[in-house]
Amino acid sequence: MAGTTLLDIKGVETYYGNIRALNGVDVNVNEGEIVALIGANGAGKSTLMMTIFGAPRARAGKITFSGTDITQMPTHEIARMRIAQSPEGRRIFPRMTVMENLQMGASLDNLKYYDEDVEKVFTLFPRLKERIAQRGGTLSGGEQQMLSIGRALMARPKLLLLDEPSLGLAPLIVKQIFDAIRELNRTQGLTVFLVEQNAFGALKLATRGYVMVNGNVTMSGTGKELLANPEVRAAYLEGGHH
Amino acid sequence: MAVTVSPERDVVATPVQRAFREAFYAGAIALGLFVLFIGLRTDQNISNELILVQRWGLLAIVVILTAVGRFLYVAFGQPALERAKAQKAEAPAAAAPGFVRRNFNTIGIAVLFLYPIVIVMLVGFQGSLKWVDNFGIQILIYVMLAWGLNIVIGLAGLLDLGYVAFYAVGAYAYALLGTHFGLSFWILLPAAGLMAAFWGVMLGFPVLRLRGDYLAIVTLAFGEIIRLVLINWREVTNGSAGISGIPKVSFFGLMSFNVSDPNYISKVLGIAQSGAYYKIFLYYLILLLCLLTAFVTIRLRRLPVGRAWEALREDEIACRSLGINTTTTKLTAFATGAMFGGFAGSFFAARQGFVSPESFVFLESAIILAIVVLGGMGSLGGIAVAALVMIGGTEILRELDFLKVVFGPDFTPELYRMLLFGMAMVIVMLWKPRGFVGSREPTAFLKERRAVSGSFTKEGHG
Repeated sequence: MAGTTLLDIKGVETYYGNIRALNGVDVNVNEGEIVALIGANGAGKSTLMMTIFGAPRARAGKITFSGTDITQMPTHEIARMRIAQSPEGRRIFPRMTVMENLQMGASLDNLKYYDEDVEKVFTLFPRLKERIAQRGGTLSGGEQQMLSIGRALMARPKLLLLDEPSLGLAPLIVKQIFDAIRELNRTQGLTVFLVEQNAFGALKLATRGYVMVNGNVTMSGTGKELLANPEVRAAYLEGGHH
Repeated sequence: MAVTVSPERDVVATPVQRAFREAFYAGAIALGLFVLFIGLRTDQNISNELILVQRWGLLAIVVILTAVGRFLYVAFGQPALERAKAQKAEAPAAAAPGFVRRNFNTIGIAVLFLYPIVIVMLVGFQGSLKWVDNFGIQILIYVMLAWGLNIVIGLAGLLDLGYVAFYAVGAYAYALLGTHFGLSFWILLPAAGLMAAFWGVMLGFPVLRLRGDYLAIVTLAFGEIIRLVLINWREVTNGSAGISGIPKVSFFGLMSFNVSDPNYISKVLGIAQSGAYYKIFLYYLILLLCLLTAFVTIRLRRLPVGRAWEALREDEIACRSLGINTTTTKLTAFATGAMFGGFAGSFFAARQGFVSPESFVFLESAIILAIVVLGGMGSLGGIAVAALVMIGGTEILRELDFLKVVFGPDFTPELYRMLLFGMAMVIVMLWKPRGFVGSREPTAFLKERRAVSGSFTKEGHG
């Protein structure tokens, strides 16, 4: 399924003050793939996600998106390249309604495809339709995650970045969300790059995966390969099944 | 003064009996509390000796007021509240809002348009001066300022404590250009707005990265800088002496309100001379400016920039990752808010005929902010009501001469303005923490959620 390279991250180093969070990370995402980045707390997964969006900015290395260098672009310009994100902590607009939240997602095209896309989001997440006029902050965690992904989809992205979509959710909801991601990838060919601590679910879903330890990518391979890898199993999978 | 009474006795006693008892207790407690504070006062006599002044009369008044207040509350207030509660519980279907509530805005605007006419019919042209000027125009200026600040604080969520600076820029822009170059108000009104907007952007640039308390401090400083410049740049602003002789607004250039002009209004229309025409004209002018502010605010909320403001208030990082340029969004919020402040400022200068830095102290910013917060951030109707209560309330204090009979001839009710202001704020914040009209007020109750949701859908579709 590997098409042309969509997102190419080469030798990226990111610092928080003087502390180096990423030590030269190489990751690439091809068109039509689901790529998972797994790793423990503090490995730098979310930092990489935020670095793609230029906040914080990479101090060394290069990030290209469909051939354009986006390393130094301002965050909103990067978003306008059609990279959408469901950020860590979901970051929905709590006092705005579900509809208003989705509307904000469609800001890029000034609501041109709004009606059409809203229907698509509701088909994907019927739960959101029931909550249409409810304020974002009053939704459950799972619904907020759906709203966050839905809002990102409203921007008609070429690449969807998901930061820990399963965080703090019940297993059934996690399954719903992972199914939705698979569905999007299969039917619409959407390219997805997701960061996960839930290594098992993520690797099962993913075409390819990367393992990150202390700001370095230590392993990569297809989802199946990584799932079968004894080191990965020992560090991220067996420990998870108490 | 919560007097706890054992519940068994409560069952037997009627509210009035209970009220008598509690009034007695409340009076006794008040007497005990205030005997030293109010009953006795230390003072100096002519030879600088400390003497005790006895004020038993005043003490008696306070004690009686406390007792009567408690009596009225327990005998009538409490049962009424409980009845209302019971009625509400009986009819949970939340009947459709009444006619007044449904048409609140239309009725409000109609009342505002008719207000000067009714006043003139009631008290004549000369008597109407005070009511149209001190109440009408004064309140409407604050409504406009608060609505302007509402764009910055209520919509974009940028806490601006120096809003009065833009008011000052607008006022001085009209005062200086009007007196030196004789330009008309109708040219200078937009010019003053533009100039204030320019300064809004100037303030916006350095504070782009700031939020919350940090932003508040810097805007506070900005307000003070503008005021100090006005005081110290004597060559231009005439320092603290201010600028006087600011030209009046003309009736769109057709008629003038200066008695000496050939086209003075009473000469043109052949009616008796009166200063009231000008005040009534100004009243309608500021009313229209207010409506313009409201109209623009309502329209902007439905445009991408207005939605971006609200999203910015909620979450800046999420905004950026959705492709919203937060820099321009913030700057437009500052500029738009400042522009309305500038309009209000130039109107203020035209109305007073005199401006000085005295009018643009921090207290003004604080009052405008208080009105926005009390009214409910983001709610135009609530803010208008808050301005009416706050500014109208302090103006009405000047009219309460009968209090002098109670508290002695030295008593000036205006001096208690800030005390009442503060008390009102505390009370409103306790009862309605999101202001008079918190349209985004969260409700944990199922039955009320529908009502809230309804108004939200409308906004959402915009």
